[in-house]
Amino acid sequence: MTCNVPVPCRVERQRVLNDVRQALQFTYTDVMQLTLNINGREHRLEMDPRVTLLDALREHVGLTGTKKGCDHGQCGSCTVHVNGRRINSCLTFAVMHQHDEITTIEGLAENGQLHPVQEAFIECDAFQCGYCTPGQIMSAAALLSEPVQHDIREAMSGNICRCGAYPNIVAAVQLAQARRS
Amino acid sequence: MRQFEYTAATDIRGATQAISTKPGSAFIAGGTGLIDLMKLDVETPQQLVDINRLPFAEITENANHGLRIGAMARNSVVAWNPLVRERYPLLSESLLAGASAQLRNMATVGGNLMQRTRCTYFRDVHETCNKRSPGSGCAAAEGHHRTHAIFGTSEHCFATHPSDMCVALVCLSAVVEVQGPSGMRRIPIEDFHKLPHDTPQIETALARDEVITGIELPPPSGKSRSIYRKVRDRASYEFALVSAAVLIETSAGMIDDVRIAFGGVATKPWRSAPAEKVLKGARADEAAFRSAAEAAVNGALLHRDNKFKVELLKRTLMLALAEVTGEQR
Repeated sequence: MTCNVPVPCRVERQRVLNDVRQALQFTYTDVMQLTLNINGREHRLEMDPRVTLLDALREHVGLTGTKKGCDHGQCGSCTVHVNGRRINSCLTFAVMHQHDEITTIEGLAENGQLHPVQEAFIECDAFQCGYCTPGQIMSAAALLSEPVQHDIREAMSGNICRCGAYPNIVAAVQLAQARRS
Repeated sequence: MRQFEYTAATDIRGATQAISTKPGSAFIAGGTGLIDLMKLDVETPQQLVDINRLPFAEITENANHGLRIGAMARNSVVAWNPLVRERYPLLSESLLAGASAQLRNMATVGGNLMQRTRCTYFRDVHETCNKRSPGSGCAAAEGHHRTHAIFGTSEHCFATHPSDMCVALVCLSAVVEVQGPSGMRRIPIEDFHKLPHDTPQIETALARDEVITGIELPPPSGKSRSIYRKVRDRASYEFALVSAAVLIETSAGMIDDVRIAFGGVATKPWRSAPAEKVLKGARADEAAFRSAAEAAVNGALLHRDNKFKVELLKRTLMLALAEVTGEQR
């Protein structure tokens, strides 16, 4: 097998080859049938048990509002609600959530009315490129019903914004909190 | 990610049966550690037994007025539980010092006990690591080891145990309750995690076919005060460089009883008996805190880039002691 990808060193080349070998081993023998309740709607799906909740949402259901950033639970862009609690959808398998209520950014608005956090993000201009925004908003929306909310920077530390829009994100969360109370 | 078979267990018997009948099986609870490592090809289970539906999430007061926390209780639920906050604030504080809000909502108490190290070389299958691949060597010895352990190390492994919660549990003398095919047994937290010696791949006292069902906390002393101080590279959402948990009882400025445990500096949650010994019966003042700090770092084994942990640990302990006793340093 020849590799046309430019590889800077032997180790990197080995790494690429290993990835290719592993990719070739994929045989979907274990397709599972499952039902997921997403944004109040039941979805009957078929997938390999390896599919994360994040990939199920994006690739199987077509809800691409939830974003894939690091895929290792470090950036928070994949944040969704499961039974009302915010979680990283990249670090859980879809098959583990057949009895759960899943809410994504697409399901946050109600009756055509934006969620207070969504409105606050717009008013405070709490984003630049917008890639982390669905995760930020889902995280902040869950925060509103958590026990302690005074330290927003600490409570939102699981959501990274590489543009550095933090001051406006904090302002937006404060605004949403103020309107709620 | 490699293929695996998925089974959801509905009761404990089914869970332990599933795990013992098929080699290469693993339990999955919160999944935050396991799935991360499966994506890196570090963990390669052939079967996952999902224990999320097992009824072990309760937090209840037991007969002796201690607390029993079910293994499936999420870290956030434990941290915000009124009984935990009132009687074991140290546990709540340590949990809230770890990970992010999202991860705490997923991660379970049992999974936190089973957390794997964050050593870069353990997490990279293209490097040598005696923990991941016994006998292959330790790339950290000559590589990046600024975050590595100074206590409980061996020539085979000096990777740190990453948990904050476990540090508090050691301080609180918790007992881990596990269940296997032959019944239930109780393991004191200090015996639960193993030192690496020449078998760094063996990390806990848990047998392959056993499942953690809960932890028990002894009744708290009404007079004790506690503190968890964590020092890290970022203000939030980062593993400890060093952390200190202190549980202390004082009367008239004298230290009647004290328990001290450290995180981020050892291969397992590290109880510091030498520091405790110095402090017991001593006056709670700066001189005693300094002596305790010196005693705590005695015997530390240092590598090229983690020498700073000695001074950092001393200062962290002294600060924690001063804060918890209300004494000026």
